[in-house]
Parts: sequence; structure tokens; C-alpha cells
Amino acid sequence: MRDPALFFITRTGTVPVNIHEYQAKELLAAQGIPVPMGEVATTPEQAEEIARRLGGAVVIKAQVHAGGRGKAGGVKLANTPEEAREKAEAILKLTIKELPVQKVLVAPAEDIASEAYVGIILDRASKTAVFMVSAEGGVDIEEVAHTNPEAIIKLPVDPRYGLLPHQAYELATKLYTDVKQQRAAAKILQQLYTAFIEAGASLAEINPLITTPSGEVKAIDAKFNIDDNELFRLPAIEALRDESSEAPAEVQAREAGLTFIKLDGNVGCCVNGAGLAMATMDLVKYYGGDPANFLDIGGSSNPEKVVNALRIITSDPAVKVILFNIFGGITRTDDVANGIVTATGQLDMQIPIVIRLTGTNEEIAVKILSEAGFTALTDMDEAVQKAVALANGEAQ
Amino acid sequence: MSIFIDNDTRLVVQGITGRDGSFHTKQMMEYGTKVVAGVTPGKGGQKFEGQVPIFNTVGEAVKEGGANTSVIYVPPAFAADAMFEAADAGIDFIVCITEGVPVLDMTRVRPYVLEKGARLLGPNCPGLLSAGKSKVGIIPGHITQPGPVGLVSKSGTLTYEVVYKLKGAGIGTTTCVGIGGDPINGTSFIDCIAAFEADPETTAIVMLGEIGGTDEQEAARYIKENVTKPVVGFIAGQTAPPGRRMGHAGAIISGSAGTAEEKIQAFRDNGIGVAKRPVDVVGLIQEVL
Repeated sequence: MRDPALFFITRTGTVPVNIHEYQAKELLAAQGIPVPMGEVATTPEQAEEIARRLGGAVVIKAQVHAGGRGKAGGVKLANTPEEAREKAEAILKLTIKELPVQKVLVAPAEDIASEAYVGIILDRASKTAVFMVSAEGGVDIEEVAHTNPEAIIKLPVDPRYGLLPHQAYELATKLYTDVKQQRAAAKILQQLYTAFIEAGASLAEINPLITTPSGEVKAIDAKFNIDDNELFRLPAIEALRDESSEAPAEVQAREAGLTFIKLDGNVGCCVNGAGLAMATMDLVKYYGGDPANFLDIGGSSNPEKVVNALRIITSDPAVKVILFNIFGGITRTDDVANGIVTATGQLDMQIPIVIRLTGTNEEIAVKILSEAGFTALTDMDEAVQKAVALANGEAQ
Repeated sequence: MSIFIDNDTRLVVQGITGRDGSFHTKQMMEYGTKVVAGVTPGKGGQKFEGQVPIFNTVGEAVKEGGANTSVIYVPPAFAADAMFEAADAGIDFIVCITEGVPVLDMTRVRPYVLEKGARLLGPNCPGLLSAGKSKVGIIPGHITQPGPVGLVSKSGTLTYEVVYKLKGAGIGTTTCVGIGGDPINGTSFIDCIAAFEADPETTAIVMLGEIGGTDEQEAARYIKENVTKPVVGFIAGQTAPPGRRMGHAGAIISGSAGTAEEKIQAFRDNGIGVAKRPVDVVGLIQEVL
């Protein structure tokens, strides 16, 4: 998870798990979908070796959790093994949307006669999984959605029966006129549905689904988002998570049971509840500041969580002030106060902390904090204004 | 009056002996909620706090305890079945507090519950509170008082913030409902707003939304056509970095990026007062009361 907006927009209280393209292709292949797989390389030498083994032209593709890889120079065609080595070397030096490329996929280059789009997504509006297909696939599918929405066919699926064979066939007829290709595509759609369910996905797409000049139908790129609420029952999917390709602070936060997204500002925020956390960031901006992060310490906080939260926030050198905004419901404000006192004892904190807390056990919390030399505010606007003034170097 | 829960609410707590279930059951009882039964499989025959009978199944809690409303505090792995069970037992109103329920489970639970004729609130929500009458879930009782405002929100703590500020200005609520932010859930903004419109004691409505999806925009259009009472709205996430979307499919399916600007514009276009900050809800409500 690297993209803050992605998180906010898909908020379910949790963060979707990204998996790499090569892993998504393995999920498709496991259902029998024709996918030219290729192999993963971490060095230019490996890429050359794989290209030699595959024979013919290959495509070298950066494996990072970021969209727009092609535009960033992360996807290249290579006609010879030597060229594969050069291209892989260049791609492995890239950083795409702040993510260093550590792996490339070396896949056979396919001759393409046509490109279609097929995808399935859990849709808020229909309250179920919805299939989407379009004969106009490829990189510009969003443009198609914008300029020619009728070219995208949608079909909600009843989860109790799955994608029925006649439904799959009807969708396939919107993609191809050739009977063999229609049958092949119908089968692929049903296999994609199974892959989607078995992976606990919130999104599974093949883009493009190609036809070759000889008439075969194949998936050559795939994307899955996994609903992380599923992971407790899907250990094999959990194992696909590549922590080396995530920001260390985000991995650390997840292990501590916190939701953390790094942003570009200097006001470190520590809040309970996602809605209040977003509203706090908005207020920081409203009063002329810039939030350094989104951090939700969750419902039942214990002091240890607060210690971890402070450790993560202070590891960002840009942070000039830390703002706590806690409305105690299930969260006991005395737990948070104890966490703050413990953490400031353990960590060598050089930056000021502004604390706003109200709600459950507020009197105890205020007592704990004042004994340790902190002042606690009760009003959110007042606390945010104070934090912003400190971050901007204005006297308080 | 109030919506969804009142003095006639007879509550069964699913997961009453768990850590969260027992803590919040005590809080609900202190508030005055009629907790008539608890359910923990294997602990049937025992009593909670020496007074609330515990049953093995929700069916028994309905038959012997007379429960008509259920609240669920069981872990995510068991939450879907707890909702199915409550619907099968003939519960009218099911409130699922549990956070982390797989979305695919909800694609099955939602149609099932609706076909049984029950209402579902949540999952991953703080529940609801009808001031001075009953509370079901985890909303702290002390933060509001009886009054004329109906409030519906996707968020828990942001709700607390706003109702507490209203209380500070001497303004109380009929019912506060937290619908939760999960992609597939039981009760929508529109369901709550329609109920507030029909409730004679509610004279103004507050709606707290956040970025993502199109629920707020749909609610705004519904309000323009169907609601006579004044509505005040707030959207959290105004500073989330713009311009990026949830893969191709997310943008295609909704035809919308779900940004704060888009939602705020929908509020404005449909005659809903827009609060810039949470505290501004108070002033806007004072103007319309």
C-alpha cells in the first residue's frame, strides 16, 4: 500500500493488500487461464538467462505496487537476451512513485491481434461483485469509460450462484464474434470469477486479454487487490505479501495493529478512528499546516500501541510537532496518557507534543499527563491551531 | 420519538461473555437499554451480571427472552454466521459492531437478511443511540442528550466529536446512527434520512460522510426530492491527495473518484448546508432550528 488516495478511497477500516503482477498471473494460471508466465529476475544477469531460455523477444516489466509503470519507463521490449540484460539493468535502477524496483518480470512478447478488458470488482453501489468487460481493452480503458461508457458492459453477480455459464457466454459475445474465441473467453471469465473468490479479492482484472494472430485468447497482464479482512482464512494469499516492496513504516504500523499512511507535511497526527483522523488532517490544513501522516490507533488502545505510534511518527525527520487527538469511547484516554508518558521516557523525543483528549476516563488521563509535565487540551480546534503554530515556527 | 430503537427495544447480545461484549453490555444496561438476553454457545443457563439470562442460540433468546433486536460483538470469523443466525431467529433489527468482516461474506449476508425481512446496521459500525431511551452498540451515553437533531454518520469518533459539540451548545439528538464505512453493509444514509424525515420529533438532520464511493452523492439527490427537513453535512478527507483512483475498475464502475470536492458539490447542488469544520455543524444547525 503506497498510495494514500488509494487507501482513503477504498477505506473499509482496513488497507487492501497489493500483490505483484507475476503473483496475480500465478493465481490466474492456477485456474487454467492461458497466461504466458515468464519468470522473475532480481539481477540483469538473471534476466538475460531467462530471456535466452524463453527464446525470441521478451517484455521486461518492473514489479512494483504502482500504476503507470509503462509511462515511468518500467516496461520495455527486448529482442535479444543481451538487450534483455540492458533493459533489465535500466529498469532495476528505477524508482517508480518512490518505490525502488527490486524485481522484474521477464515474459515472452506476444503478437497481438486485439486487446480486450475483463474485470470483476466488489461494488459499493450494487452491493455485490460486478463483472465488467470491454472489447476496447489496453491501457486506455479509463479513457474508454469516460468517453464511450456504452463500450463497457457490466453484469452484477449473485454470490449464491456465481457467474452462470450463460452469463459468461453472453459477456464473451460482447468481446468476440468468432465462436471459438467466444467459448474460450466464456471459460476464462468463469475461471477469473473462481480466482477472485478463492483469493478473497476486492478487485481482479485482466488487461489486456489478447487474441493472437493465430486466434488464441490469452491474459497478458493482471491485477488483484486482496481484501485484507480475508487473510485470517487464506494463509497462502497472506504469504504473497511482499513486505520488501512496502514502506518500512507502514509494515511496522501494520504489525503494531495501527493504520498508518505517510504524507508530505510536518504535523505528525495520532488519532483514534479513521473518520476523526481524516477530519483532523483537514483541520490541520484549514489552519495553515500540513499533515505528515494519517494514523489511526484504532478502538481498544493500550499504552503499547501509543508507544509504537510515537516511534513510527518520530522516525520521519520532517515531523516538527506531534498532535494527539483522542475522543475516548471504547478508547480509554488514560491508556493513551500512559502510552505518551511511557513513550516519551523510552524515546529521545526532541519535538513538542500537543495533546487533545476528551471522553472516557478523561480526569485520570489529565492527572497522569500533568504529573508528567504535559498539558492536555480538550478542544480539537484549539489543539490543532497550537500544533500548526509550533510546526510553522510561530511562538505560542 | 426516535428511529430504529426506543423504549420497546428488547436486546439480545451475541457474544455477551467476550471482552468487548461484556464491557459494552454493562454500559448499555447503565444507559437504560433493555438487555433481555445474551448468547454464547456453550454457556446457556448462566447469567450475565447475575441478571441477564444467557442462551446457546439466538432462537432461544427470541423464544424465551422475547428479544426483537440483536447486537453482535463476535470476532470477524464468526460474524457472518451470527448475522445469518439472528435473521433466522426472526430478529427484526440486527446491529453488527464487529470490524474486519470479509466483504465477500457481506455479499451473501446482506441479501439473506433482507429476504428475511430484517434490518441490518453495520458491520464495522458504532451502533446507534436514541437519546434518553436506548443505546445499542458502543456510542458513549454521556455525549448527547434528548433533542431535535437526527444524525447519521459513516464514522464513530467523528460522530462523537460532533454530537458532543452540539451538546456543548445545548442541542440534543433524537437518534444518532453510525452506519459504518464498509463497502457492503446493511443500512445506508438514505435509509436513515428517510426514517428521520418520517420521525415527527426530528426537526433537522446532520449527515457526516467521508471520501470514497458515491453514497453521499446519492443521499444528496434523494434529499432534494424527498426530504422537507433541513439537512447539514460534513465530509471528512478534504485534504486526501487528489487525482488517483482505485485501479481501473473502481473509477469505471462508479464513474466517480469519490473525492471530497465532488461530494461537497453534490451537497451544495441539492440544498444541503456544508460545514467546513466539524464545529461548524453547530452554527449551521442553530440557523435552521
